[in-house]
Amino acid sequence: MSDFSKDGYMNMELLRFTTAGSVDDGKSTLIGRLLYDSKQIFEDQLEAIEQRSQQRGFEHVDLSLLTDGLKAEREQGITIDVAYRYFATPKRKFIIADTPGHIQYTRNMVTGASTANVALILVDARKGVLEQTIRHSFIASLLQIPHLIICINKMDLVEYSEAAFNKVVEEFRHVSSKLDIKDVHFLPISALKGDNVVDKSQNMPWYQGATLMYLLENIHISSDENHIDCRFPVQYVIRPQQTEYHDYRGYAGRIVSGIYKPGDKVKILPSGESAVIKTVELFGENIEEAYAPMSVTMTLDRDVDISRGDMIVRENNAPNMEQEFDVMICWMNANKLQLGGKYAIRHTIKDARCVIKDIRYKIDINTLHRNENDKEIGMNDIARINIKTTVPLYFDSYRKNRYTGSVILIDEGTNETVAAGMIV
Amino acid sequence: MILYHLNHLRELEAEAIYVIREAASQFERPAMLFSGGKDSIVMTHLARKAFYPARIPFPLLHIDTGHNFPETLTFRDKMVEEIGARLEVRYVQDSIDKGRAREEKGPNASRNVLQTITLLDALEELKIDAAMGGARRDEEKARAKERFFSHRDEFGQWDPKNQRPELWMLLNGRKHIGEHFRVFPLSNWTEMDVWMYIQLENIPIPEIYFTHERDVVDRDGMLLAYSEYITLKDTEKVEKKVVRFRTIGDMTCTGAVESPASSLSEIIDEIAASRTTERGTRQDDKRSETAMEDRKKAGYF
Repeated sequence: MSDFSKDGYMNMELLRFTTAGSVDDGKSTLIGRLLYDSKQIFEDQLEAIEQRSQQRGFEHVDLSLLTDGLKAEREQGITIDVAYRYFATPKRKFIIADTPGHIQYTRNMVTGASTANVALILVDARKGVLEQTIRHSFIASLLQIPHLIICINKMDLVEYSEAAFNKVVEEFRHVSSKLDIKDVHFLPISALKGDNVVDKSQNMPWYQGATLMYLLENIHISSDENHIDCRFPVQYVIRPQQTEYHDYRGYAGRIVSGIYKPGDKVKILPSGESAVIKTVELFGENIEEAYAPMSVTMTLDRDVDISRGDMIVRENNAPNMEQEFDVMICWMNANKLQLGGKYAIRHTIKDARCVIKDIRYKIDINTLHRNENDKEIGMNDIARINIKTTVPLYFDSYRKNRYTGSVILIDEGTNETVAAGMIV
Repeated sequence: MILYHLNHLRELEAEAIYVIREAASQFERPAMLFSGGKDSIVMTHLARKAFYPARIPFPLLHIDTGHNFPETLTFRDKMVEEIGARLEVRYVQDSIDKGRAREEKGPNASRNVLQTITLLDALEELKIDAAMGGARRDEEKARAKERFFSHRDEFGQWDPKNQRPELWMLLNGRKHIGEHFRVFPLSNWTEMDVWMYIQLENIPIPEIYFTHERDVVDRDGMLLAYSEYITLKDTEKVEKKVVRFRTIGDMTCTGAVESPASSLSEIIDEIAASRTTERGTRQDDKRSETAMEDRKKAGYF
């Protein structure tokens, strides 16, 4: 880690990825391997897992113990949703959304996938593409994760055979032709032995491609943001109660997409009023060009009535403003979806209520089959529904914009988040 | 061609500011916990950026164990005056005097656990419905699963099984009367990120983070600052060493590291080369493997 030059560290990019695969696929071992081989494991952590490996009578240090969970989980033999892990190389800082592989899988993977640039999907080289591989890939495409890395693991158990690798690649290509996946990479690895994880494998001379670490460090993510459609939801109106700033009105928020600069003509939704941006600033410093995902404060050339939940957009590029639309949802609660039921809905930073008007179909996530007759939507189910909101929302389709195209539904009785929704 | 891409420190900054503004908007009476440690100093700095040129629109709350490093208190008072923040202080000593909390006994006695009682009482007294804290997910495995908006029941307890899924950046702060939230704007920061950001933004920090000579006691391999709050065991003796602190908590449970680092760059180099985690200098976590998880469930940060 001593090769962190200070300038280098200042210029690192942030990459968020999610991992999918069940315990048997070696997911924990892979994450442990990435952390261990990139020298992110500290002595006190290593001592702890060495001790526990010994107690359990293992010959080697079990790297998967590095991601072992809470006492509450061990006691009940369950994994409580997404755990976030961190490591850095001189090039990038990584955030791993580590999601467990059991029944509640869909809900957790959707959560981890919602902010990810990359999804790692593990496939056991001996077993090939299974139902769960289809499920994981479907969720990655549904959540529009820009990059997919298929790690064909346990190559050591198939004698590092190129034919075995190619067979899995073929199977996957066949299945994924039905999915909307933009960028996919295939890697033959052994998480247990370390082949092609951080160091290039000596056992697979036929493989000329990159290691997993190389891919993670170099995959092109700077074009993942949408810099075209200007969307700025106003989060907070800054009105200092100090005489020197008597007339100051600052509109604070995080740029969802697009580029904003002083002099830009903008339109405020829902009022439709026009204004010109006077300054884009943060902490008194003017920003020449601001873009996603910056948090900034804007001032305008005239007094306009703007409050939290309004959106500042460009004059000739407005989002949809509608009250009734279709949403693909992943249901995340033990209480089933109620057709005709009313829920609180949250979109960007705006709160509203909605009613479920129709359940169009449910998707069998193992076969990707659409079932128009099954209207029972429970925990981990994925369905297309139609909703009507109490006020118009300013949205884009999820395909076009992950942040103005997403919503959550909230149960008004329990206040729990019950569904993740992607606007069709 | 201009690359429209933020580096990771600026992206973490933007995320934290978003979370702080959201807490200020969604809750009626938010507050920011301030311990005088580097994480809470960074969080306060981010709060200033979030609302500038207005002042921070919520109070800072310090739960004072009475076992603070004097340097921390001096720093706190100066900072609060400079930025024009409101500061509320509640004392663990008051909780003890009122019989709400009972002092631990023995040489390893610490008020770390007692803080939770004073904290929960303070939240109730001040009717605070969202308490922002500087905890990071990289610190400890019980924190790796925390949310930005972490729901607490009416007893202030954390139920790891019953947390709301957090998707995209949609934060759900809805709650019933009597419940409150803990909010963690620095969730995705690591120790290294915090130090790099302190350097990037030139943020003042208490001088005990830098090297100095100090009387210390070696207790089970941990160098504790010698003070009136430390009871020496028979085999222990007070030594002078050149040290600095990697984290600042209570004097009774925060270990010093031997270090000549006298500037931020030197501290950063030292951390980059370090082979132990910063929680390794905290006696409060060494009590048991699940010490943090247990305290969190009871309402600790």
